[in-house]
Amino acid sequence: MDPHSLKKLNQCRRERRAAILVTDLGDGRDRVVVEGDAPAGELGEALGAAFRSGKSGTVEADGRNFFLNVYLPPPRLVMIGAVHISQALAPMAGIAGFDLHIIDPRTAFASPERFPGIRLDAEWPEDVLKRSPLDAYCAVAALTHDPKIDDPALKAALEAGCFYIGALGSRKTHAKRVERLAAAGVPMSAVERIRAPIGLSIGAASPAEIAVAVLAEVIEALRSRGLQARKGEAA
Amino acid sequence: MSEIQIAHEPRDPLMIAEEWMKAGKDVAVATVVETWGSAPRPVGSHLVIDSDGLFEGSVSGGCVEGAVVAEAAEVIADGKPRMLEFGVADETAWRVGLSCGGRIKVYVERLG
Repeated sequence: MDPHSLKKLNQCRRERRAAILVTDLGDGRDRVVVEGDAPAGELGEALGAAFRSGKSGTVEADGRNFFLNVYLPPPRLVMIGAVHISQALAPMAGIAGFDLHIIDPRTAFASPERFPGIRLDAEWPEDVLKRSPLDAYCAVAALTHDPKIDDPALKAALEAGCFYIGALGSRKTHAKRVERLAAAGVPMSAVERIRAPIGLSIGAASPAEIAVAVLAEVIEALRSRGLQARKGEAA
Repeated sequence: MSEIQIAHEPRDPLMIAEEWMKAGKDVAVATVVETWGSAPRPVGSHLVIDSDGLFEGSVSGGCVEGAVVAEAAEVIADGKPRMLEFGVADETAWRVGLSCGGRIKVYVERLG
């Protein structure tokens, strides 16, 4: 392996950028292709498919055998609101393997005692997300019911092309949210990406049951995502 | 896990390989490139080995690491990549212990 390839690959992984290490199994030469930079032609098509599926494997292209090792950033669930649902959702999502991040400017909610061992920021989402930006491998669940806190996070999630964006609230609450986001200049095609009412329809009643419904919906979005196709649609 | 590698490995083999490289060590990288049947580690998994035989990561969850580490010494010495195949159909592989019934192909190459 070329030392430059290893350095570039590790750099991409640190920066949460999707990359593929392409190794020519004939002559052993390799290079790193970052998502969005795939070349044209047969190999380029195979790379595009590998970025979408996330699957590593051997491909034949342009008369040569290549091994494509796909490195996608680990999915992260960002919860807006250090609320009761988050107290159940965070540990469940952690068990399912997600990186976790909770944001809520209300210090009474966002206390480490309520969320032991979980990355927690008691600040406004727009401030936190400037420091720690969202990307296509993040899921965002807006859970505060407070437009001042939820709306800026939803806008940021739509702009970043997050693979899942859900918002708590009834259909009526969501209709008002749609009006607000549209008035703020967010295109309708983007607003329609918000899953609301949040969570798969399993008749969830308690906060813990709603957490199960949300996590299931996030996993469904993760496993059926078409990241590349979605990027163009982002607001 | 067939698609996104969900959980971070506690000690990331490729990060460790970079540290070793920066420390001036000779390093080999082994990668699972194909699996059949019930292989314990998915395609793309890495085992990294230094010239003292120190290793991190895994290509089979412990079954064939010994054989890969031994081969890595050769790869570090002559710089030629090797494609190793292990499986129940293969006497050698059976001896080194891929007893889960799967078959794997492991590509071993020198770093640099």
